[in-house]
Amino acid sequence: MNSTAANLARPTDVPPRRPLVLVFGCTVLGAAAQIFMKFGANRLTHPGLIGMATNLPLFCGLVLYGLSTVLLVLALKDGELSLLYPVIALTYVWVTVLSLVLLHDKPNPYKLAGIAIIVIGVSVLGRRGKR
Amino acid sequence: MSGTPVSSMLLMLVASLIGSSGAVLLKLGAMELNKGFWHILNLKLAAGVAVYLVSWYVFVLGIRHGELSVLYPMVSLGYIWTLLWARLFFKEPFTREKFAGLALILLGVFFVGLGSK
Repeated sequence: MNSTAANLARPTDVPPRRPLVLVFGCTVLGAAAQIFMKFGANRLTHPGLIGMATNLPLFCGLVLYGLSTVLLVLALKDGELSLLYPVIALTYVWVTVLSLVLLHDKPNPYKLAGIAIIVIGVSVLGRRGKR
Repeated sequence: MSGTPVSSMLLMLVASLIGSSGAVLLKLGAMELNKGFWHILNLKLAAGVAVYLVSWYVFVLGIRHGELSVLYPMVSLGYIWTLLWARLFFKEPFTREKFAGLALILLGVFFVGLGSK
């Protein structure tokens, strides 16, 4: 048996790190995109296509969304869909935190509890799986 | 719950189903990347993104009326459908960690919804 075969025989019950890290990046970029979109929507004075096309934050938001989708696709290339897809819920966590810091939202006990539970859920997903 | 029309809930259910099929298309498209990065421009991925946009549109329609605490977590139903499709189409195993993690995430999103106006 050569080394490639040995690599293939690696136990598969531990989720590989790389796709998880990529999805992690995808959620950070996705959250940043939402914040930019929110900024852009707030200062959208001329509704309609021209107003939207000349709105820099909105444009940045779209670009970030595009990048986050690329990261998701790269993650899905090697990772399990059923494992990676729920991790996208981390976006809620970053949006809540960024809204607190950047948009000066008031802290809300329900939201804080919610994002704490989501973080626990994601860490459970990343653990060693038994079939 | 009383303040949320059934039509809105149905729209969210439809949005979650459409979104989960978008996820399947993204996974199918992502597998093409094993032939090289520039295979990222493929029809399955394009279809996946298009399906996502449709699901987002239905989501916006659904979220206009009713309580966010009810409607918000309904999008996360898409995670459950995706778990089923992944098993069906990609032979991904069900594990205890996936069920437990998913249940916690759904609960968390429910709380985030409770805190949203």
